[in-house]
Amino acid sequence: MLELSLAPVAEAGVTPVWRSKDLLDTDVLCADEIALIMETAEAMAEIRSRPVGKVATLRGATVVTLFYEQSTRTRASFEVAAKALGADVVNLTASGSSIEKGESVVDTVRTLEAIGADVLVMRHARSGAPYLAARHTRASVVNGGDGTHAHPTQALLDLFTMRRRLGSLEGRRVVIVGDVVHSRVARSNIWTLLAAGADLTLCGPATLLPRTLASASERGRVTVTTDFDKAIEGADVVMALRIQKERQESGLIPSLREYISGYQLNARRLAKAAPGALVMHPGPMNEGIEISPEIAHGVASVIEEQVANGVAVRMAVLYLLATARRS
Amino acid sequence: MTEAPYLGPEEIARTVRRLAHEIIENNHGATGLILVGLLSRGYTLAQRLAREISEFEGVEVPVGSLDIGLYRDDLSHRVAPPSLRPSSIPNVDGATVVLVDDVLFTGRSIRAALDALIDFGRPARVRLAVLIDRGHRELPIRPDFVGKNLPTAFVQRVRVRLAEVDGDDAVYVSGEEAPDA
Repeated sequence: MLELSLAPVAEAGVTPVWRSKDLLDTDVLCADEIALIMETAEAMAEIRSRPVGKVATLRGATVVTLFYEQSTRTRASFEVAAKALGADVVNLTASGSSIEKGESVVDTVRTLEAIGADVLVMRHARSGAPYLAARHTRASVVNGGDGTHAHPTQALLDLFTMRRRLGSLEGRRVVIVGDVVHSRVARSNIWTLLAAGADLTLCGPATLLPRTLASASERGRVTVTTDFDKAIEGADVVMALRIQKERQESGLIPSLREYISGYQLNARRLAKAAPGALVMHPGPMNEGIEISPEIAHGVASVIEEQVANGVAVRMAVLYLLATARRS
Repeated sequence: MTEAPYLGPEEIARTVRRLAHEIIENNHGATGLILVGLLSRGYTLAQRLAREISEFEGVEVPVGSLDIGLYRDDLSHRVAPPSLRPSSIPNVDGATVVLVDDVLFTGRSIRAALDALIDFGRPARVRLAVLIDRGHRELPIRPDFVGKNLPTAFVQRVRVRLAEVDGDDAVYVSGEEAPDA
């Protein structure tokens, strides 16, 4: 169940330093830590813009990507990020490894630590699996997406993309539309966007919306609505979420056609958003379902920027975790 | 207790002016010159030097900023990762690059800066200008332009304050064995 309370704010005047072993979700990050990741990611983006976008800072460190669930951009993005910092990368997927033989998460993680992994990037279909892993290893664990729970680096790269385009998000209106209740992307985004001071609207069919929003909604900073046409009026950012086709089979949406008529992000709806509004999507997209193709690839779309920024943000996360480890 | 600064605003201004003259003299003018300051105070000094040089020579001198965080050799000895800022470097290929920093101490920052600079291209030559040389080098690095030679004990602390970053201009030496200013 989705529960929100506002992230703790670090003491004023204290230079933010990174001390955490793991990055499991955005809900534990204070505003200063988010700012530190954003600043670090700016420096990483500068490195990526150089003719040779690579430094040797993490040479000697080993980053293992451990993916129990399929992924294109997250896994590739972490691999490119780790290599751009000079780390060695080992990629493991469930198929083709001892996971297929039934090795437990804990045993796998301990084995990888024994091999010399400094950072484990883990994706798992079960919510909470990276937390279990983090408790059983001295390696740093980055949650690369766990079930319907969290996807912290996606939320951080979304925030980075919005800040680069819009500057401060204080008072900006962000609408997240689609399967909010099953979305780890939406959940992690809520924390970072509230910490950034954005006004957040969560929108979708009633069956796909969270029922409780505890303290955040009490403070009036999160609006939950089923009316997308109204929610999008004057929005500065519209983020469409992927609709999984099995939601239709499980009866949560009556039909894709009905979903499209009420919730597809298309040109007619985007015209109601604020001038210069950003169109975002965490990918992979179902073009023609949650987003129309002309909007997905239109001038307002920053979807490819999100992917490019993802490398810089993941470099920042790997740098902070791996360097804090060595200290 | 208010400690007396080793250098005040007027002395810093005079020193920067002299350094600017020395750089021009060494380079036979300002042609092909690029100043690259180490963030943050080295960059501030580089901007001041560039202003002086353009005043004397009537030419704009490009100024770059360099963050050396990712090139440090002490990442495993620090309590926390150093915070990073983006570098901004003009095209250095074939140019005479003057690296600028506030205090030259062990030489390790300059070693890191050289590594960082080389990632941006191949300068024809690289020079080093510092406001304060306090000694205690741990690497074979020497400055080409020195504002003040300030003999210190290893344990002492030299703090450079610059108006653009800190609100005022001053150089302080703290700890034991402070030399007579």
